Amino acid sequence: MPIQILMPALSPTMEEGNLAKWCVKEGDTVESGDVIAEIETDKATMEVEAVDEGTIGKILVAEGTEGVKVNELIALLLEEGEDESALEGADTAAPAPAPAVKEEAPAATSSASATSSPAAPVSDSGDRVFSSPLARRIAAQEGLDIKAITGSGPRGRVVKRDVEAAKAAGTGKASAPAADKAAPKAAAAESKTISQDDPIFKLLPEFEAVPNSNMRKTIAKRLTESARDIPHFNLQVDVEIDKLMALRKELNGRDGADYKISVNDFLVKATSLALTRVPDCNVAFTDDAILKFKQVDMAIAVAVDGGLITPIIKDAASKGLATLANEAKDLALRAREGKLSPEEYQGGTFTISNLGMFGIKSFNSIINPPQGGILSIGAGEQRPVVKDGALAVATVVTLTLAVDHRCIDGATGAAFIKELKGLIEDPIALML
Amino acid sequence: MSDTTFDIIVVGAGPGGYVGAIRAAQLGLKTALVEANHLGGICLNWGCIPTKALLRSAEIYEHMKHAASFGLGAKDISFDIAKIVQRSRGVSKQLSGGVGHLLKKNKVTVIDGYGKLLGGGKLAVEKDGKVFTTLNSKHIIMATGARAKSFPGLEPDGKQVWTYMEALVPTEVPKSMLVIGSGAIGIEFANFFHTFGADVTVVEAVDQIMPFEDTEISQFAQKTMEKRGMKFMTGTKVTKLDKAKDGVTATLDKGGKTETLKVDKVITAVGVVPNVENIGLDAAGVKLDDRGFIAIDGYCKTSADGVYAIGDVAGAPCLAHKASHEAIICVEKIAGQKGVHPLDKSLIPGCTYCQPQVASVGLTERGAKEKGYKIKVGRFPFMGNGKAIALGEPEGMIKTIFDEKTGELLGAHMVGAEVTELIQGFGVAKTLETTEEDLMHTVFPHPTLSEMMHESVLDAYGKAIHF
Repeated sequence: MPIQILMPALSPTMEEGNLAKWCVKEGDTVESGDVIAEIETDKATMEVEAVDEGTIGKILVAEGTEGVKVNELIALLLEEGEDESALEGADTAAPAPAPAVKEEAPAATSSASATSSPAAPVSDSGDRVFSSPLARRIAAQEGLDIKAITGSGPRGRVVKRDVEAAKAAGTGKASAPAADKAAPKAAAAESKTISQDDPIFKLLPEFEAVPNSNMRKTIAKRLTESARDIPHFNLQVDVEIDKLMALRKELNGRDGADYKISVNDFLVKATSLALTRVPDCNVAFTDDAILKFKQVDMAIAVAVDGGLITPIIKDAASKGLATLANEAKDLALRAREGKLSPEEYQGGTFTISNLGMFGIKSFNSIINPPQGGILSIGAGEQRPVVKDGALAVATVVTLTLAVDHRCIDGATGAAFIKELKGLIEDPIALML
Repeated sequence: MSDTTFDIIVVGAGPGGYVGAIRAAQLGLKTALVEANHLGGICLNWGCIPTKALLRSAEIYEHMKHAASFGLGAKDISFDIAKIVQRSRGVSKQLSGGVGHLLKKNKVTVIDGYGKLLGGGKLAVEKDGKVFTTLNSKHIIMATGARAKSFPGLEPDGKQVWTYMEALVPTEVPKSMLVIGSGAIGIEFANFFHTFGADVTVVEAVDQIMPFEDTEISQFAQKTMEKRGMKFMTGTKVTKLDKAKDGVTATLDKGGKTETLKVDKVITAVGVVPNVENIGLDAAGVKLDDRGFIAIDGYCKTSADGVYAIGDVAGAPCLAHKASHEAIICVEKIAGQKGVHPLDKSLIPGCTYCQPQVASVGLTERGAKEKGYKIKVGRFPFMGNGKAIALGEPEGMIKTIFDEKTGELLGAHMVGAEVTELIQGFGVAKTLETTEEDLMHTVFPHPTLSEMMHESVLDAYGKAIHF
């Protein structure tokens, strides 16, 4: 009996993914550990390794297929001594593939007499969601779709806290026609987007259409919602970083330093600390309540091929500079390699975006919902400043804070900026 | 010892420390466990385990006294306190040896000495006040536990005023006794000494015994124990102990009214304080919380990088099973294991081994109301359970509390025979987030005491059969 290769769950929350590439073809011999395919999820591309050894008997889901459900049968592996004739009976035992699959699907679905049950723990419709009885009941009471909620329990089980988080964040709404409130909003959003078939493109020069990756779709969706739904306002301040640069030099120059702290690491630390001192800025707005987070999970925007991603430093305020620096470096590296696991980039209570390395003086960012704020960091440059009535030269960075006015007011934002400026200009306080 | 660098060092070999060390070793980490006294800590040597051994003797003695009601004859029943204590010590010794064996099997390096943080990932180990080695590790877990608290004027002297240490190894049963504090420790010793003939009075400062338990359950337990002849004074403070040759005179203050009580011995069981002194917390930059325990995050990390704390020293509830659970969370997080979650303290059960036993998990009725829940409460008495009657244990009840809106099991509270062995059923239910529906659908075996758990849930929804 051939071994079934199923669409793997690359994270506890993954429900489906794109089969980006097959690294093997039918007839290839594989050993346990060989990379056989690449799977693309929302934001990361990950490799699938063979668990057993054998010969690839049949590839059932073609390269490039989108929306392949977790645990769907994607290929069959022939064990030693089996030849292709073994594949005949195997097809009938395969779980019913989703409609997205084109070719081999009918053979499986049309077979009425499955001789053995599928190995994978999915129901006939393929959409069983692991969830607690309490989570299901609360979701039903709140009109939420349990399938649309990301689970945080063991093996991605949806538990009470996930349903409550979805309720608070206003996500996970059941998409039934009855959800009348959501429908017009979605329609309004769609009317603003533009299709390739739009006549306007006929008037424009020739172009190459690069299909939107999952990451691009996510960026487009979330930032459109943010720009449309969140009343942003910006606060800007100049801070002097000469003392910080001196301290950085001293720390990095210490004997046996197994870290290299960047200016950005200092700013991450300072921002996190300032947020713990002005916790009213470490918040998220929901319809019923403002959620005040009890720790700072700092998301850091990292540019990657084809988009950007925001890996998260958990509980950043309580971490030392060396720890922060090493963690930030590791996350950025793995972000560029597309190797972050979803837990490492989903969440975060606040974001920092730094375009200083490109010489940008200052800029405004769009908030990453449901977070309440985002800090934009410009380039550190020598500028003339007035000190005690005389002209002097100082290294200055311009910081711009964008906040969600629904949960953070001007004076609160300003209090945070004041705290942040104080910490950056007297950086020794960061060491306390 | 040639090598002093480890992946993980655990300081303290109680139920937090030794469990953490074993788990770390299982995960392939080079692990050291530093312990100054006994493997197994207070729990195994001077707490949970030896008291259970003493109370087992008390329970059997109690049964023997009532042998006739089972159709049995037992003449001239007697006891030998020295042998009872000897058995208890033997149980501790056996289990402590077992811990040593487990540590050895898992290749944990056990270091006999007193560990003290030096900061920067270093730990000095002392013996007889002298540092004999310094260990290094990026991850040091402090599991130094707690000790008996004492109040001014009520300090134990080990002779007339005891802590659990002396109460565990009595040479004779005092004629009369005052137990200060009605938490698990106080109540258990009160039961033990009362069973063997002491005239026991328990004094509790707040208005109910076992203050963390559901009031209805506490009152039930108190009434049952009073029927057996124990005395309780709630809302009462002990302000002074005057020691004389022939006994101790305690001055009691009950809401402004003063009275005195003369007893042979006093046991103070007024809670515990964490062992945070002289272990180098300042040197390492480890901060305490506002109650004096080491402050930790959900994964037991302290304010100092590379230093962790678990168990009693890291905050209430000071229970062995909480320490062990934190140990696993802490070590698995350090080892980078997937699926590690912070401990949900609302899921920690509590057990008290008095007669009748008391066990609970989750919110009390008062606690649930204070949190704003509209609740449904179910109760089922031992009197309605066949197995309880057959056992000759008709006193007790099981109480369940549900959120009316969602059917969430908010809390379960039990008093009666063997309930400490039943409570984990509701612990599993709460952890898996079952609602009343799943509990009702569960088949409970007959005849067992556990059927009362089912009936209590049914009663909350007006569906109880046997009452």
